[in-house]
Amino acid sequence: MLELKDIHTRYGAITALRGVSLSVSQGELVALLGVNGAGKSTTLVSIAGVLRPWKGDILFEDRSIAGRSPEQIARLGISLVPEGRAIFPSLTVEENLRLGAFTRREKTEYSRNLGEVFELFPVLKDRMQQPGGTLSGGEQQQLAIGRALMSRPRLLMLDEPSLGLAPALVDQIFELIARLHRRGVTILLVEQNVERSLEIVDRAYLMNTGLIESQGTPQQLRTQTDIEGIYMGVRGPGK
Amino acid sequence: MINLEFIINTLSLGSLYAMLALGLVIVYGILRLVNFAYGELIMIGGYTLFLLTGFGPLPWLAVAVLAILAAMFTSLFTELVAFRPVREKSLTAMLITSFAVSALLQNAALLIISPRARAVTLPEIFQTSVMIAGTSVPWRNVLTILTSLLMLVLLTVLLKRTVLGIALRAAADNFTMTRMLGVPANTVISTAFAISGIMAGLVSIFWIARSSIVTPTIGAPPLLVAFVATVIGGMRSLTGAVVGGFVYAAMISLLGVLLPPGLLEFREAFMFAFVIIILLFLPQGLIRSKTSVERVG
Repeated sequence: MLELKDIHTRYGAITALRGVSLSVSQGELVALLGVNGAGKSTTLVSIAGVLRPWKGDILFEDRSIAGRSPEQIARLGISLVPEGRAIFPSLTVEENLRLGAFTRREKTEYSRNLGEVFELFPVLKDRMQQPGGTLSGGEQQQLAIGRALMSRPRLLMLDEPSLGLAPALVDQIFELIARLHRRGVTILLVEQNVERSLEIVDRAYLMNTGLIESQGTPQQLRTQTDIEGIYMGVRGPGK
Repeated sequence: MINLEFIINTLSLGSLYAMLALGLVIVYGILRLVNFAYGELIMIGGYTLFLLTGFGPLPWLAVAVLAILAAMFTSLFTELVAFRPVREKSLTAMLITSFAVSALLQNAALLIISPRARAVTLPEIFQTSVMIAGTSVPWRNVLTILTSLLMLVLLTVLLKRTVLGIALRAAADNFTMTRMLGVPANTVISTAFAISGIMAGLVSIFWIARSSIVTPTIGAPPLLVAFVATVIGGMRSLTGAVVGGFVYAAMISLLGVLLPPGLLEFREAFMFAFVIIILLFLPQGLIRSKTSVERVG
């Protein structure tokens, strides 16, 4: 469904991605793991069209999407929940969700999707008229994911959804991701919480300094790689 | 001295300034661009009034609508040909572009029309007054208040009830995220420039109603008013723009009454001293925005 071929992306003068290749199949839950600064978020924003790769190609359902604008990519059904959630703080919860459905505004479909989001996140229903900025961190994360789901994305990308949340909420978020996966949503997950991620994913890629270092099923990765080092964050870049 | 007449006149001035400030801040909120060509949109509206009332057989209301449309389309056109090409470059590039557009439009007016002031014929109603509770109030002021009320209602409905309006507010919060939800950047920005142009067009009618003339540089004073009002109210919020407009008008009017006659000509100096004091204590203006600082890149 999604295929990255030798993607190079720069942040100004800094080369953040130095040839990333990865793929996600329909219905798969794939994690992109690694320490801070490994290029995980850069990979996601490159797919979403926020950063333009200067080399390489990104294929989504066999069409090249590299160099397209974020809005065009969103219309194809790719949805990113960015790091820090990026909900609209001055908009109400309802308005946040309504904008999430920008590409699917048809009335019956809208109310069906809204119903499903409420079923996943009942708390949002009680907060409909509240500005997004007044929600707690966990609620904001739910709103950010709910907003993404309003577009019924073909590919959902989550950037560090557990970051900054209390342990109980972290459990909830991972449970939720597993649940979405069981429902058939294709997910590309970026996480620093390696252990928890490996419990729920089909496959994972390990990134370091802008490159994919290794990949495989959780089992393969656990036996092959120095997971412990990445998990603890003790291994410096470049190894 | 602070009687009903004073209050209505101040409210009228405040309404005018609020519309002015809104037109400037709606673009700033999304692009972080202070559009220095905003004043020239008012000039375009003014010259449209001059040209059409001077020579045409059109009814006055139609002329007014055409003036507003002229300002709106000029605004859209400058966005398309001047701002859009440099949008991805840098904020400085856009700012310089806005100076260039301003100079270009002013010089076009100088060349095509005249450097001299032109008289604009306004309908009778702008010269007459109405009695409200025993006080004589110029119709012009009543119309200004009613128009700005109508615009505030329309703008609120647009921004709160329509998807496009919600997208505009979202873009002011986080433009990149708005685009990642599928909202086209160009649609949002064009809408903001269109609203800005409509505000400038409306203001041109009431601004010119106060002096009955139009000159190539007529846009400079309202631009300054709009800028100062948004700085007072807070550059990041539409509510702030409205509040700033009214505060500016209230301060100018109060100074006009309170200052001794000898100091009246320094009214603006006192005004700006006030603004500096406000900024010293409330650097973000009266209405703060909760959102982070972010710009289209």
